[in-house]
Amino acid sequence: MKRRLLLLLPLLGFLVLGAFLYMGLSINPFDRDSALMAREFPAFELTTLEDPERTVDASLFEGEVTLVNVWGEWCPTCKQEMPQLLDLADRGVRLVGVDYKDTREKGREFLAEFGNPFEVNIFDPEGSLGFDLGVYGAPETFLVDRDGIIRYHHTGYIRPEDVRDTILPEVEKWR
Amino acid sequence: MALILRLMLCAFLLWPILGQAAVEVRKFDDPVTEQRYRDLTAALRCPKCENQAIDDSESPIAGDMRDRVYLQLQDGRSDKEILDFMVSRFGDYVLYNPRLEGRTLLLWGLPVGLVLLGALVVVLMVRARRRTSVRDLSPEERARLDDLIKRERTE
Amino acid sequence: MQILMIPEIGHYALIIALLMALVQGVMPLAGAATRRPLWMAYARPMATGQFLFLAIAYACLTASYLLDDFSVANVANNSNTMLPWYYKASAVWGNHEGSVLLWSLILAAWSFAVSRFSRDLPRDMLARVMGVMGLVSVGFLAFVLITSNPFERLLPNVPQDGADLNPLLQDFGLIVHPPMLYMGYVGFSVVFAFAIAALLGGRLDAAWTRWARPWTNIAWAFLTVGIALGSWWAYYELGWGGWWFWDPVENASLLPWLAGTALIHSLAVTEKRGAFKSWTVLLAISTFSLSLMGTFLVRSGVLTSVHAFANDPSRGLFILVLLGITVGLSLLLFALRAPRVSHQVGFSWLSRDALLLINNILLVIITVTVLLGTVYPLLLDALNLGKISVGPPYFNALFVPLTVVLCLFMGLGPLARWKYTPVRDLLQRSWLAGLAALVIGAVAPLLYRGEWNLKVSLGVVVALWIVLPMARDLWAKSRHSAGRVAGLKRLSLAYWGMILGHLGIAVTIIGVTVVSNYAIERNVRMGVGDSAEVAGYTFTMTELANRRGPNYLADTAEIEVRRGDSQRSFTMTPEKRLYLARGMPMTQVALSPGLFRDLYVAMGEDLEDGSWAMRIQHKPFVRWLWLGALLMAAGGVLAVADRRYRRVVTARDPERAVIAEPREATT
Repeated sequence: MKRRLLLLLPLLGFLVLGAFLYMGLSINPFDRDSALMAREFPAFELTTLEDPERTVDASLFEGEVTLVNVWGEWCPTCKQEMPQLLDLADRGVRLVGVDYKDTREKGREFLAEFGNPFEVNIFDPEGSLGFDLGVYGAPETFLVDRDGIIRYHHTGYIRPEDVRDTILPEVEKWR
Repeated sequence: MALILRLMLCAFLLWPILGQAAVEVRKFDDPVTEQRYRDLTAALRCPKCENQAIDDSESPIAGDMRDRVYLQLQDGRSDKEILDFMVSRFGDYVLYNPRLEGRTLLLWGLPVGLVLLGALVVVLMVRARRRTSVRDLSPEERARLDDLIKRERTE
Repeated sequence: MQILMIPEIGHYALIIALLMALVQGVMPLAGAATRRPLWMAYARPMATGQFLFLAIAYACLTASYLLDDFSVANVANNSNTMLPWYYKASAVWGNHEGSVLLWSLILAAWSFAVSRFSRDLPRDMLARVMGVMGLVSVGFLAFVLITSNPFERLLPNVPQDGADLNPLLQDFGLIVHPPMLYMGYVGFSVVFAFAIAALLGGRLDAAWTRWARPWTNIAWAFLTVGIALGSWWAYYELGWGGWWFWDPVENASLLPWLAGTALIHSLAVTEKRGAFKSWTVLLAISTFSLSLMGTFLVRSGVLTSVHAFANDPSRGLFILVLLGITVGLSLLLFALRAPRVSHQVGFSWLSRDALLLINNILLVIITVTVLLGTVYPLLLDALNLGKISVGPPYFNALFVPLTVVLCLFMGLGPLARWKYTPVRDLLQRSWLAGLAALVIGAVAPLLYRGEWNLKVSLGVVVALWIVLPMARDLWAKSRHSAGRVAGLKRLSLAYWGMILGHLGIAVTIIGVTVVSNYAIERNVRMGVGDSAEVAGYTFTMTELANRRGPNYLADTAEIEVRRGDSQRSFTMTPEKRLYLARGMPMTQVALSPGLFRDLYVAMGEDLEDGSWAMRIQHKPFVRWLWLGALLMAAGGVLAVADRRYRRVVTARDPERAVIAEPREATT
C-alpha cells in the first residue's frame, strides 16, 4: 500500500505542475508592477518643455493627485493614447507629462498636433528622470497622490476602457 | 526550433528611431573593474526584452543601464550597491540571480534537499540490496545456506 | 490552376493522415486487449499510410513555398520571392504551423520505422506500441488541423509578395537544427510507447529492454546533435559569441536530454541485471513527457523567452490539454500497473549497479533543478508573489557542481563490475589515472596561460578522470593473444559506444572550461587603417565597402589578421546587413574557426566618422563543445549497431513475464 502511494507521486507532481502551467496561460509576463509602487516620486530637477528657464522638482506633486504620463514624439503608441489623456483632463484629472528622450522642438510639435492635456511637461532629454522612474519604454503612466507617493502604474497603451475601469477609480480612491 | 525575434522585439517595438548597438567602446582603469562590468551586465536582465541580459541587448534601456553600471563602477560603488540601485528602479525582475528570500526558498532549497534525499535513497537502497547479495552473508548465514543447499541435495 | 490546388491536396492528405492515425491508435490497442489478431494487424498498414499521407501534405506545403504561392497565409508570412530556394524549403519549419507539421511527419516516420524494424516483436507488443504512437499522432494532427493549419488561404486578397523569413533563420544552422531536434524529441515517443505497452501488457523483461534500447539511443543521439547545432547556431548567428544562455527554450531541449541520458543508463541496468524496472518505465514516460512539455513551453508563450515564437494562448491551451491527457494517463497507468515488487537483485557499494544508481539519482536531481529554475518565475507569478527572473547565475551555481559530482562517479563506472568489485581491484585500476588527472589538471593552466586557475584545473581533472581510467580499461581489455588489433576488434560495439559517449562528455567539459575561463573579448573603435591586438593576433581594418545580396544590403569590413610577427595573414569579412523585406538589421560575424581557438569578429555600430565599433573575440577550445556532442551522438549510434540487437530475438510467444505480479494482499 505504501509503495502504491509512492508510485502515485509522479502523477501528483505532474498535476501540480500542470495546474501552474494552466494558470500561466492567462498571465501576461510583460505586465509588471513598478518597483516604485508606494514609494516617493524620485527626486529630480529639470526644466519644463514649455519654458527652458523654469525649473521644476518633485514639489510639483504636492497637494494634488496627479497622473504623470511619460511620452515622446518618437513613440507611436503615445500618439494613439492622446485622446484618452485629453478625456482624462476633461474630467478634471490633473496631468503632468514627462517628455522623454526627445528634443524641445519635436516635443512641442507633438503637443501642437495631438493636443496638450498636460498642466506642465517636464523636459527629460537624457532620460534621467525616466530611468529613476524605472521606465523601459514609453508610454508609461504613474498616479501620484497628494503626498507625492506613487500609487498606481500603467505600462504601455491606455485603452478607453482602461480610463473608465481602472484609472478613474484609482484617481478617485486617492483623492 | 528557436526562432529568435530579438531584434524586432527589442529594438523596434516602441523605439523606432533611437537605435543603439550593444557594442560599445569603453575604457577601464584596470582589468578587475572590466571583469566586474562584464559580470554585472551579464547578470542584469533587460526589462524591455524577451529574455536577454543587458550586455547583449540592443534595446535603448539596456544601453542606459550599461551606462549606469559603467558610471557607478567609475564612482567606486560596490556590486551590491549597483544591483540595489537597479532593483530599486526596475524591481527584482532584472536580477538573473534571484536573491535568497522567503519566496525563493524553494528555488534554492529544493536542489539541496534533493541532494540530501538522493544520498539517503542511495544509502538505503544499497544497504537493502547488499543484504541480498551473496557476498555479504555473515559466516552464520553462509553456514545456514550451505546447510540448506546440502539438505536440498540430499532430499 | 493546378498549382493553386496544391494546398487543398495537402490539407486533404492531412485529414486522411489523421483518420489513419485514429485507426492506428484504436484498433491495435483494442485488438491486443481482446486478443483479436485481425484488429492488431491494422497497426502496420495504418502506420505506413499515415506516414505516406503526411509526407504528401508536407511536400505540398514545401511546393507552395517553392512556387511562391502567397495565397497561402503561411507562405505569405514567412517567405519572399527574393529568398534563395533552399531557404524557401527550410522556411517551411521556420514558423509555428510548419514546424508542428514537421513534428507530426517525424512522429509518423518513427512510427513507420518501428513497424518496419520490429518484425521480431510479439504481435500484441507491437500492436500496443503502434497503438500508443498512433494516439500521440492523433493528438498532434488534431492540433495541426484545429489550431495551426499551415494550408490556410488568404483569398481573395493575395499579397504581391511575402513578408520574408526572419533573417536570423536564413542560415544553414537553422536548416538542420530543427529537424534534428525534432527527431530527438519525437524519437523518445518510441520508448514511451514501449513503456506504456509494457504496462498495458504486463511484460517488462530483458527482451523488452533489448527492444527499447536501440530506439532510445538513436533518439538521444539525434537530440544531442540537435542541441549542439542550436548552440552552434546561436554562437555564430547572434553576434556576441555566447553558446548557451539557459533560456527557457534551451532548457526545454536540455530537460528531455538529461532524462534521456538517465534512461539510457537505467535501461542498461534493467537489461543486464533485471533491476530498476519501474524506475526505467517512469524515466521513459518522463523523458517523452519532458519533450512534450518543452513543446508546450515553446509554443504557449507562458515563459518569457528570447525565442519569441508564434505565441497564442488557444494553442497553448490545446497543447496543455494534450500534455495533460498524455502524461496524466501514462502516470496514472504507471501508478496502477508498475511492477509492485521489484526483483531483489543484490549488489554492493562498489558495483556498477550502485554507480549507475548514483548516476540516475544525480541526473534526476539535475533535471529537476533545471525544470525548477525554468518554471519558478511562472510559479511565483501564478501565486501572485511578484515577478522574478532565474538566469545563468542560478543555473551555473547548481548545474556545475552537480555535474562535477556526477563526473567523479562517472570515472569509476566503466571500471566497476556488476554486483561487486573488490576495493583492491578498483583502486588498482584507478589510482594511477586519478593521480595523473590531478597532476596534469594542476599544471595545465600554468602551462597554458602561466597562471594558476582553480576552475580550469578542476575542469581538466574531471575530464581526465573520465578519460584516463577508461583508457586504462581499454588497454587492459584489448589484451589478446593475437595482438592488440585483434584485441580491439574483439571488443563489442556497445563497449565502444560507451567509450565514445563518455569521451564526448570529457571533450565538452574541456571546451566549456577553457572557453568560459579564457575567452577574450575586446570592443574597439576601428576605421580603415586602424589595428587592434587581441590575444596575440593583430586585426587591421583594410577596407570598408557596401554590397548587395539577394535580399539584403550590407556594410562589409575587411579585416586583415596576422598572428604575432608572422608573415602570413588572412582576411576576415564581417558584415552588417539590412534585410529589405523586413527592414531588419543583422550582424553577420566573421569566424576563423580552429580546433584550439576561434577568432570572432562582429561589426557593431557605425560611429559616423568613418569608423565602426567592432567586437573582436578570441575563443579558445570553443569547437570542443560541439565536437564532444558529436562524439556522444556517435557513441549512441555505435552502441545500437551492437550485435546483440541484430540477433533475432526469439520471443514470439507472448509469455507473460514478471511485470505485474499477482495482486498482493494489500497490507
